[in-house]
Amino acid sequence: MMRAASNIESRLASRRAFLRASVAVGGGLLLDFSIPGVIANARAEPAASAPALNAFVKVSSDGIVTIISKNPEIGQGIKTMLPMLIAEELDVDWSSVRIEQALSDPARYGMQFAGGSRATPMNWDALRRVGAAARQMLVTAAAQTWSVPSAQCATESGKVIHVPTKRSLSYGRLASKAAAVAPPDLASLPLKDPQDFKIIGKSHAGVDSPLVVTGQPLFGIDVTVPGMLYAVFAKSPVFGGTAQRANLEAIKAQPGIRDAFIVRGGGVFNGLASGVAVVANNWWLANKARDMLEVVWDEGATAAQSTEGFARQAMQLSAQAPAANVASEGDVLQALAASAKQLEAAYSYPFLSHATLEPQNCTAHFHDGKVEIWAPTQNPDAGRKIVAKTLGITDADITIHMIRCGGGFGRRLMNDYMVEAAWISKQVGAPVKLLWNRQDDVQHDFYRPAGFHFFKAGLDGAGKLQAFKDHFVSFGENGKAASSADLSANEFPAKFVANLELGMSLLPLGVPTGPLRAPGSNALAYVFQSFIDEIAHAAGQDPLQYRLALLGERRVVGAFDTGRMIDVLTLVREKSAWGKRTPGKGSGMGVAFYYSHLGYFAEVVHATVGAGGRITVDKVWVVGDVGSQIINPTSAENQVQGAALDGIGEALGQAITLNNGRVVQSNFDDFLLLRMNQAPPVEVHFLKTDHPPTGLGEPALPPVVPALCNAIFAATGVRIRSLPIDTKLLA
Amino acid sequence: VQYTIQVNGKAHGLEADPQMPLLWVLRDVLDLKGTKFGCGKSFCGACTVHLNGVATRSCVTPISAVGAASVTTIEAVAATPTGRAVQSAWLAVDVVQCGYCQAGQIMSASALLAKKPKPTDEDIDRAMSGNICRCATYARIRAAIKQAAGMPTVDTRDKFL
Repeated sequence: MMRAASNIESRLASRRAFLRASVAVGGGLLLDFSIPGVIANARAEPAASAPALNAFVKVSSDGIVTIISKNPEIGQGIKTMLPMLIAEELDVDWSSVRIEQALSDPARYGMQFAGGSRATPMNWDALRRVGAAARQMLVTAAAQTWSVPSAQCATESGKVIHVPTKRSLSYGRLASKAAAVAPPDLASLPLKDPQDFKIIGKSHAGVDSPLVVTGQPLFGIDVTVPGMLYAVFAKSPVFGGTAQRANLEAIKAQPGIRDAFIVRGGGVFNGLASGVAVVANNWWLANKARDMLEVVWDEGATAAQSTEGFARQAMQLSAQAPAANVASEGDVLQALAASAKQLEAAYSYPFLSHATLEPQNCTAHFHDGKVEIWAPTQNPDAGRKIVAKTLGITDADITIHMIRCGGGFGRRLMNDYMVEAAWISKQVGAPVKLLWNRQDDVQHDFYRPAGFHFFKAGLDGAGKLQAFKDHFVSFGENGKAASSADLSANEFPAKFVANLELGMSLLPLGVPTGPLRAPGSNALAYVFQSFIDEIAHAAGQDPLQYRLALLGERRVVGAFDTGRMIDVLTLVREKSAWGKRTPGKGSGMGVAFYYSHLGYFAEVVHATVGAGGRITVDKVWVVGDVGSQIINPTSAENQVQGAALDGIGEALGQAITLNNGRVVQSNFDDFLLLRMNQAPPVEVHFLKTDHPPTGLGEPALPPVVPALCNAIFAATGVRIRSLPIDTKLLA
Repeated sequence: VQYTIQVNGKAHGLEADPQMPLLWVLRDVLDLKGTKFGCGKSFCGACTVHLNGVATRSCVTPISAVGAASVTTIEAVAATPTGRAVQSAWLAVDVVQCGYCQAGQIMSASALLAKKPKPTDEDIDRAMSGNICRCATYARIRAAIKQAAGMPTVDTRDKFL
């Protein structure tokens, strides 16, 4: 799959070894990395013969260290970051490290998935211990060689040094002997003092980037297997519909078509759906023939549902008491009645598609009762379980190569495309690359669920929030919210208001839903932090100061540390010069904060609304607290900027709507992703605090949406109570 | 139908349906996988290549329309000093997140710089807004283009610095 980027390497090798690049984005981050080193990291030389010190570390006799990266790479930079943790404690130079992507093998590597911004908290300690263990084995091997106590040995840059005599041995020379040393107890290993870090905390460019910029095959869509055929898979436009019959003979008569057949499917969303597979000599021919496909579908029970219908039902439910209580503190009704000022607002947000730029795809080869799979997936082992069950084979019969994903955003936590590819390969008796076209991808997602919130609030004469009520009309059945459609009893301002009631009612839904980057939070931050903004304005107080007052004393409430949030809010006030600027006519600043995925983020947006309601987002300031250590600063800043812009894209243009049970949108002309000319500068600051490091893929997204809407209110006096933002309201 | 097309400085003879887009000829006939499929309708720019130096969406360019034009793909963009500078700047600025769009971005950026060696931020917006980056690495794309042009990488649109 991966090849050496030889052209660019030879060119760059002649350049000076170290290239310092000052990047004028964010906080003026200074990158400091070795370009030739980067190129070298990208090379995955076969290291099969090198002695393995553990499941993650191999050292060859020339001192090249191969580190296995265990988690799927979806653009979050994990293939670079996790090996940095190991390399740091192993005490090797990054330039001597080669990185290999692991197979999906949880028995060997532990959990392997990309989701929930979990990789950092789950691996920060564990993988440093893996590196420290390998280092200790090398030290033991050296001590045995010299017949000296291990305690007299130190390590540096891939060498063990006997301190009293200054003798040294390279890791390469020690590797075979070290591999025979009994592995130490991981839990009791000493780890470096963070102030001695040489790799962690320094910027390291993405290890695959040289392959990306030279166009090497790298992604799922690029996989080639000898004898491979190409497939498309047409599914019912109404979710859960089943294929009854199709013009298969006409399709098979088209040029280059090898097979066309109906798949009955199993009736669950995250499994094998019913549909029609078209298999051809190349993908374009398969997709072309598919355009002529005529399928009679049994559309099932949900063919009548629509976005308008959901909104109507939500309005009806809002007039009733919530079906379930989520949180209840004090006496909301009495407090509302007693309040000096009452507010009421209805908010809503749409379904969203993940729209990974690389459409869903998977290559599978079923033969002799086993299947080999090359999948861009965020959750390979979950896919293995579905494939095993559907094909009637065992987990051990399934090999999954985790291929770099052209975006994840939560879409590839589901493995529907994986089981489709495996099934089609089994059916045609050849390796098959299944690739969805864009319309398939937009119309067969696991969507961020829409939602409706009916808020009430009551303020006392001083403007203090005394009562807060939300009736959340969401989706689900039998009292259980659909995936990513839930509300917790900890949703701020729960536990921060004397009288509060959060309630939920559920509408039945025949649409697959699932996690989209910062699931739950990406919608809840919008409605709660927007309504809190309304409350602050109703109180006649500065919205940032009002939030600080709501947070109150520095304390820990459940898992939420108010002090950390107060500090990021305070810093974003300073960095954005909040309250010190005088935005021009049509311009305004908005603020919001949100705690999700263990990260504390406060963000300020400056926006301008021009003629016809045209919105220009002028700038975003982000302050985040994800603990004591930013492991890879260049990647951290990139993630945070991307997350903030992702949220702005959602707010400005994105909605999936349903009509007659079908998704209306089909491509990037009607599902609008943010583009270069809409993307504001995003200034990023991290507040380092004395807490274990946590993840960064998600928590910067949620607050930017309400910060933008609050800025638009400041600019125009128009409150954005529904997404995406309707510019007609601003014209 | 038989075609001979010029790709990355070499002539390639092949047989294809006249409607087959250049994208799929590159990927599945010539095995040049660097050019990416994103939307199939020229909305996202992932499939951008150069036709006689002009940034072109290969997903809507039928093979029959290529003729004698010289096709350059990401695999050979470094053959020109501009393309090489863009590629190096992409690494130096560490633009990439998932990377899927970046071949198309680099092709659009190098076509821009070949025509306009010192682009303004407005020039960059115009030339690059047809290329979607789903990870939204836009700030770094902008910085990398300027670095490749030998310009200060500051975003002149930022009125708050």
